[in-house]
Order: sequence, then structure tokens, then C-alpha cells
Amino acid sequence: MAREMLKGNVAMAEAAVRVGLEAYFGYPITPQTEVLEHLSARMPELGRVFVQAESELAAINMVYGAACTGTRVMSSSSSPGVSLMMEGISYIAGTEIPAVLANVMRGGPGLGNIAPSQADYNQAVHGGGHGDYNLIVLAPSTVQETIDLTVLAFDLAEKYRMIAMILTDGSIGQMMEPAELPEMRPVVRKNWDWATNGAIGRERRVLSSIYINPPLEEETNLRLMKTWQKVQANEVRYKEYYLDDAEFVVIGFGTAGRVALSAVRAARAQGIKVGLFRPISLNPFPHAMIDELAGKASAFLVVEMNSGQMLEDIRLTARGRLPIEFYARMGGIVPFPDEVLSEIKRVATTKLNTTLHPRDAWLERFLAQSER
Amino acid sequence: MTTLAIPENLVYTRPESLTPVHNHYCPGCTHGVAHRLIAEVLDEMNLREHTIGVAPVGCSVFAYNYFNFDFVEAAHGRAPAMATGIKRVLPDRTVFTYQGDGDLASIGMAEIMHAAARGENITVIFINNAIYGMTGGQMAPTTLPGQKTTSSPNGRDVETTGYPIRMAEILSNMDGAGYIVRRSLHDPKNIRLAKKAIRTAFETQQHGLGFSMVELLSTCPTNWGVTPVEALTWLEDHMVPAYPLGDYKISEHVAAIKL
Amino acid sequence: MPVRGWIEVNDMYCKGCELCISACPQDVLQLDMEHLTPKGFHPAQLYKDGCTGCAICSIVCPDAAITVYREVTKKPATAAGGA
Repeated sequence: MAREMLKGNVAMAEAAVRVGLEAYFGYPITPQTEVLEHLSARMPELGRVFVQAESELAAINMVYGAACTGTRVMSSSSSPGVSLMMEGISYIAGTEIPAVLANVMRGGPGLGNIAPSQADYNQAVHGGGHGDYNLIVLAPSTVQETIDLTVLAFDLAEKYRMIAMILTDGSIGQMMEPAELPEMRPVVRKNWDWATNGAIGRERRVLSSIYINPPLEEETNLRLMKTWQKVQANEVRYKEYYLDDAEFVVIGFGTAGRVALSAVRAARAQGIKVGLFRPISLNPFPHAMIDELAGKASAFLVVEMNSGQMLEDIRLTARGRLPIEFYARMGGIVPFPDEVLSEIKRVATTKLNTTLHPRDAWLERFLAQSER
Repeated sequence: MTTLAIPENLVYTRPESLTPVHNHYCPGCTHGVAHRLIAEVLDEMNLREHTIGVAPVGCSVFAYNYFNFDFVEAAHGRAPAMATGIKRVLPDRTVFTYQGDGDLASIGMAEIMHAAARGENITVIFINNAIYGMTGGQMAPTTLPGQKTTSSPNGRDVETTGYPIRMAEILSNMDGAGYIVRRSLHDPKNIRLAKKAIRTAFETQQHGLGFSMVELLSTCPTNWGVTPVEALTWLEDHMVPAYPLGDYKISEHVAAIKL
Repeated sequence: MPVRGWIEVNDMYCKGCELCISACPQDVLQLDMEHLTPKGFHPAQLYKDGCTGCAICSIVCPDAAITVYREVTKKPATAAGGA
């Protein structure tokens, strides 16, 4: 297919349509409403299901219902709406059925604002809903990646019978970039051996997340754990830039990673031997690669649009083997490449902090700078 | 109220209960009229300093900037619950919510039903403009059949999206409700009737006579795609027949209040 | 003689929405195309005699931008206050 100028949200929605999305249930919330609006026209046009639900809470439960029948189903929302979906997400996870969700993150907490942020990392990666479960979390940084990861999300969700979430932000959702959509595939209504779609000529099935007998619940939890181990072994994704001869490494995902890439390129042009590691799967997290890099690099510089959520996962894996520096913008602010470049230069030339928590060190610097 | 002498030739001036702030509503949007009427009523009842408003999520999310009294910001749809929390602990204060069709009739359906059922002594001002304004013009539960919105681009199809919800009728069935009426803001006569209704609603609260709601048929020129003046005509021609104006519940005690 | 009234339109609030122009029973209002408010709107203005101070403009104004005056006649007139 040819490349065309596509808006992130629209590209995500259309990509889902192209790979056989059969049902979409959602609710308007900025900055992802374009997903809903695009599908409100496309899905009926193609004879597929579209419902604007009364709320995100209702939408995720509609997703739950449709997912139980084995159809390709999706919802999308933004931070406050995703919070409303947490109960439903836990239920879907406990029922072990596939579904695709998208969170186009915005500034928070609370009502926050409609500007881009990455502050839902913990909610997505460390379980915002109750109980022991995991979501596959994929973080694009371009419109093309959004398309590719949306396609992948449906396949992974079905392969492992779990939720795959596209964790993106308002910047990528709203921007227009040249990108290529996949060819239209026909909808394939698969006859999963677990789906509750009417026991015609077969034994009946039950899909539920209730295991009133604790030993059975433990069995389920163990089964979820074993599935997750398979996901961890097979579905780690990341991208490396200039790491071969890098002395220290910048780490960032999504928009922060993209901005950091510009900064890294500028730094390289100035002769600084810095590289970028950009996780694409946030869950499963690329711990093995971080571990390897932590053994080789002289420092990490973690860049995030939140208060340091992925930072903690990096620290965990780095196990104190190297100084970890941190740079953040919060509340819906997107850092400029030159902010990250200044940080890169600082890391390259000054003595690095190894006593304070990287977040506290950053906050000290950031507040001092703002006062100037 | 101002302590300056009122010039004897003054017929009307901007109410005290509105802050001296240029508001962000689109030109001609009747949110402004509703705000003004609430402010006028609270001024006349001398309640400004005793009032706590609860703002919704919607175009009026910034309502707290426009009223000159205490205000809180609720999560989408949860204003009646938040108002319940405030009124229960401060029963002598005047507590009202100001909600749009998405906030009240979509995501907030459970909260409004239960606040009315419990007979919470709060006042709800429900702005019904048959569309989701703030998020750019999507279908609302109050959108009319055939009405084009950004999430019903071919016109609302009742086969797949159902029929509009009439909240005044539904809530009038609640025993806990004392005053449930529907008015409109499309011409001076109806605006005056709306103001009287808002006054009665706040009187209902003052007298502890249960849940009160005034549903106000309102315009959204921007998302309806018409001029402000055309929007008033569209409202009269299309919304009034679908949402009949009138008194849906007036308990006998409320009826007995002398204004 | 009809009672004489007059209005003041506050530039800080008026958005030129024209609801008052449409509602005025005396047709004495129009947009002032020679003037822009700080927000860039053409505000409403009285452009001829005939205002009776009926205050219908202030009833429809979504921005409470209009202050209405009416001359006091010899007989006890309506007291100042809300519409």
C-alpha cells in the first residue's frame, strides 16, 4: 500500500480495521476521540460492530462480552477513561481471553489536561487493576509504529489469550506523518476452542474470572504466570541506536524516546559517544538487554514524561552497577531535544551523582533551573 | 449584594455571582444564559456565600471560573455523588450540580438516578443540547434520530444506537424528587420561565423538599453547524417537540412555596 | 411618548453573537463593525433612538454583557433590580 499522511489516532483505528477488527466499543475522550469517530463511520460501512458506550466502564464490559465470543475486539481511551476500565481489565485478564486496548496518555493525575504524557506506565505495566495479572504493553513512537504495533497487538492477544495494550500519547495520537497501512484482510471468525458462542453440537463452555475455591484460583494464577513466562521469553521488543561504541546510554520510550533520538543524533554530531535504547515492549520489559548494557555502559540517562516510572524498572535491573541519571517533564509537557541534549552533555562531562536517588537529583536541578 | 446605592434608572446589570471574567463558551452558546440565570437567582436569594457548585466534565468544565462562589470539579458523571458528599456534611449550604448531556445522561446515569432516588437535597441544572460539545460534537444520549454528529456521521440510526433519553420524565418517577421540570432557553419568554424554575428549584432545596432538577434545552451553534440565532430556531423546531417543556414533578409541598 | 432607555455593552464580555440584535423588539441594535473588542469580536451597540429599556437584550445575552437603564418617569416607576 502507498504511504499517506495519517493522523496517529486515525491510523491506529484503520490499522485495526484492516486486520479484521470486528467490534469497537468506546467513549469520547480527548486526545483519542478520533479513534471513535473514524470507526463510527468505518465499522457500519463494513457491516461490523460499533457502539459508543455510555462510559468507559460500560465500554470495557462490552469488550469483555465480545471477547468471550472470540471476535477481534478493541477499545481505546485516555488516562482517566483507562482508570475506569481497570476493573474490566482485571476481569478480562482473569478470564484469559484476548482483547486489544489503546491508551492515548494525557497529563494527570485526575482530570489533568489533554496534553501528552507517559504517566500511565505504572498503571499499564505494573497492573492498574486488582490482582495478579499482566498486560502485553507496546509503546510506539511514530505513526508507522502505531500501525505496526496495532497489527501485532491483535496477533499477540490471540496467541496468548490476554490483553495487548498500545500505550501511546496525545502527541503521537494527534500528529500526522507519512505512514503505510496494511492491505485490507478479510474478517476471519475463528472457532476458538474456548469461546462461548453457542454450544451448537458441542459441550457447553463457561468463561468467567470467578474461582470461588482458592486452590482453583491458585491454579489459575499459576497458569497466568506460566503464560507470562512464555510471553517474556518470546515477545520482548526494543530498538537500539548507536550502541556499538556508546559510552553511555539514553533510555526512553514512546515520544520521550523519539525526542531523545534527536538529542542523541545531535550529540553524536558533536562527537559525544552516546547511544539510545528504546524499549518497545514495556511489558515484557527488555530486562536482559538493560542488564547487559548496565554491565558495559558508564551511565544511563533515563528520559520520561512522568515522575520516573520506567526509571524504577531500570534501576532494579541495573542493580547499582552504574550511575543512573534522570530527566523528566510532567503534566502534559513534551521535552524539547535541546533539553535532552543539555542533559547528555552534562552526563558526558560532569561527575555524576551516585548517592541521591536519580529522581531527587533531577528534581533538585530542575527546580534550581526554574528559579533562575 | 453591592453596598453602593443603586441608580434609580438601572434596570439590569450583571449579577454579583458571576465573576468579572470573559468566559470561553462559544458566541451565542446558551451555557452563558444558564450561568447568568443561576447567578441572578442566587443573588436574589442572597445565597452567594452559602453556595457550593459542582462542575462537570464538558464545555462547562471551567464553570468554576465563572461563578463567584465556592466550586469543586467532579469526575465525568460523578457530580451528583460529589454533591451528595458535600450536602450531607454541610446541610445548611446550597449545593448544586451543573451538568451536560454526556455528564448526566451517559456516564453519570447511575449517579443521577440514585441521587434523585435518595432524595438528596441538591439542585441539578441539566444542560441538554443534544450533543457532546467539548469533545467536538459526538452523539449524546439526547441526540435526535437522524441528527448528524461526528460519531453518527450518517445521522443517528435508532436501529443501532437507540432513542434519545428523556431525563425529566424518567427522574419524575422518583419518590425522592421534589421538583423536576423542563424549560428552554430559546427566546426571552422561555428564558424568563427558566429563571422562575431555577428559583423554585433552589427554594425546594432551601425548604429541604427533596431532589430538584431543571432540564434546560440549550443550543450548541458550533457543533450543530449553525449561527447562534439559527440555533435558537433549530432548538424550537426540533428539540422542543422531542423534549416537551413542562412540569414533570412538583410535590405538593413545593407547590405550596410562596416565591 | 414611549419611555426612553439606553444600554451599555461591555467590551470585555460581548462576543458579537447577535442574539440581542435578533431579540430587540425595537430593532435598535447592530454590531459595531468599526470596533473590535480585546478578544476580536465586533460588539453589539445601540445605533439609533428608540430603546425603551425593556431589557430583553439582557435576558438573552449569554455573557451578561449588557447593562440596561430606563429613564425614571414622574409616576412611581419599577425599582432598580433584576429583570
